[in-house]
Amino acid sequence: MAKITYITKEGESLVFEASSGSLMELAVKNKVPGIDGDCGGVCSCATCHVHVAPAYYEKLEAPSEIEADMLEFDDNVNEYSRLCCQIPVSDAVDGITVEVAN
Amino acid sequence: MRNMGVSDFPDAFKETREAKGVCPFNDQDDPVAMLLRFKDVRKSAHDYKSFISGAVPGRIVIPSEVNIRDTRQIPFEVDPPEHTEYRALVEDWFKRPFDSTYEAGLESIILSELEKVLKKGSCEAISELSLPIQSRALTLLLNIPLKEAETWISWGTHVFRSEDSNLDADKASILYDYIDAEIDRVIAQPDDSLYSVLLNSEYQGRKMTKEEVKGVLVLTFAGGRDTIINYLTNTMAYLGEHPEAMDQLRNNPALVNTAIEELVRYFSPLTHMGRVVAQEKEVCGHVAKEDTRISLCWASANRDEAVFENPNDVVLDRKMNPHVAFGFGTHKCLGATHARQLMKVFLRVFTQKVGKLTVVNAVENIEDWGEHQRKVGFDRLEIELNPIE
Repeated sequence: MAKITYITKEGESLVFEASSGSLMELAVKNKVPGIDGDCGGVCSCATCHVHVAPAYYEKLEAPSEIEADMLEFDDNVNEYSRLCCQIPVSDAVDGITVEVAN
Repeated sequence: MRNMGVSDFPDAFKETREAKGVCPFNDQDDPVAMLLRFKDVRKSAHDYKSFISGAVPGRIVIPSEVNIRDTRQIPFEVDPPEHTEYRALVEDWFKRPFDSTYEAGLESIILSELEKVLKKGSCEAISELSLPIQSRALTLLLNIPLKEAETWISWGTHVFRSEDSNLDADKASILYDYIDAEIDRVIAQPDDSLYSVLLNSEYQGRKMTKEEVKGVLVLTFAGGRDTIINYLTNTMAYLGEHPEAMDQLRNNPALVNTAIEELVRYFSPLTHMGRVVAQEKEVCGHVAKEDTRISLCWASANRDEAVFENPNDVVLDRKMNPHVAFGFGTHKCLGATHARQLMKVFLRVFTQKVGKLTVVNAVENIEDWGEHQRKVGFDRLEIELNPIE
């Protein structure tokens, strides 16, 4: 079971636990504002854009070319930007904090 | 696996996309340079300052509608910063399809239409399934009584087109006159429909005008009609020729999430959308001169081999699918949440109720884009349906 913290645009911290799926699916299931996951996780919509806490960003696998290209054109991109549909829930991300980007 | 027969939608732009990347098309003496490569399409869609939507109303649509309408479609034909405020006004409303009551409403509509044709055993899929489902589902998006759909169904499949003309001003005026009358009716008797919500909305600190409200409604009606009808009809043709896909979707309900994205990529119900060049710019070797038009060819971009592996195959569980079938960037499709939910529920209900679909006769709808002819859907699709045993 991994604990994931989402920080909304309003600055609210929302904490959820899961053992499978992606960070996007967990957010959508719990209606985290600003994470819509319109395309269901196939990297076509960029409605699950987050900024990953720097300490955790390095622990994640680097984004694929398709994800990086999607992010290139989104708003509020920074060096810690990720589409959270591409971050699987696992023990490796237990304790991670992500901030909703848009 | 590769498609065969009636559900095969060939990549009409392959050779030109690979060789040149840009294709000229003369539309009513207002030429268009069609951009065919995925990267160019996305980059140009993102660049709303160079390639604008806020031109003369109707000009970014191809074929151009400048001669048949003056109403500006909102937020579609407005650019930021004005676009941002308009879009924010309607965004939440257009996310209602996520609600479980909305989903249940869609299920009831689809179930009822499907049961009617299952009793008959055969039907013409566009007039007896796609059009009535699209129209009745639209009553949910507008939040108005279901019976209102009867009027829209009576208009036929094309709001702007008649059999002998691609652009028919008389036919278009039916829609505009209808929306004008509905706006007046709702002003006299406010309700909880999209009309009322818009009439009560404030833009730049003042109430939305009737013309602005009309602009949003025209977009909602026009943008979600042919596109959804093609999406549904083409999907039925596909399921008819791919009984194994019916089984997979039936046995693995989670597959619909990737399946709807793959089917919309493959069919690309809207071939392209235009932009007007605000200032001269070079794209893919083409010098786009000021006040000329380019188009963002979603259909071609969605088959670009540089991005999609086996682009001409329907892979229902395609994991990475950055398609642009709903457009891209600021102006991405406002109705996409509705379309996706409709398609999800349609696939679920259809595969639960229908055991076998047989295509009896099909008349293809081929669009003519100068050098390129593209199959976008069907004019007729006669099918036989057997209920699940």
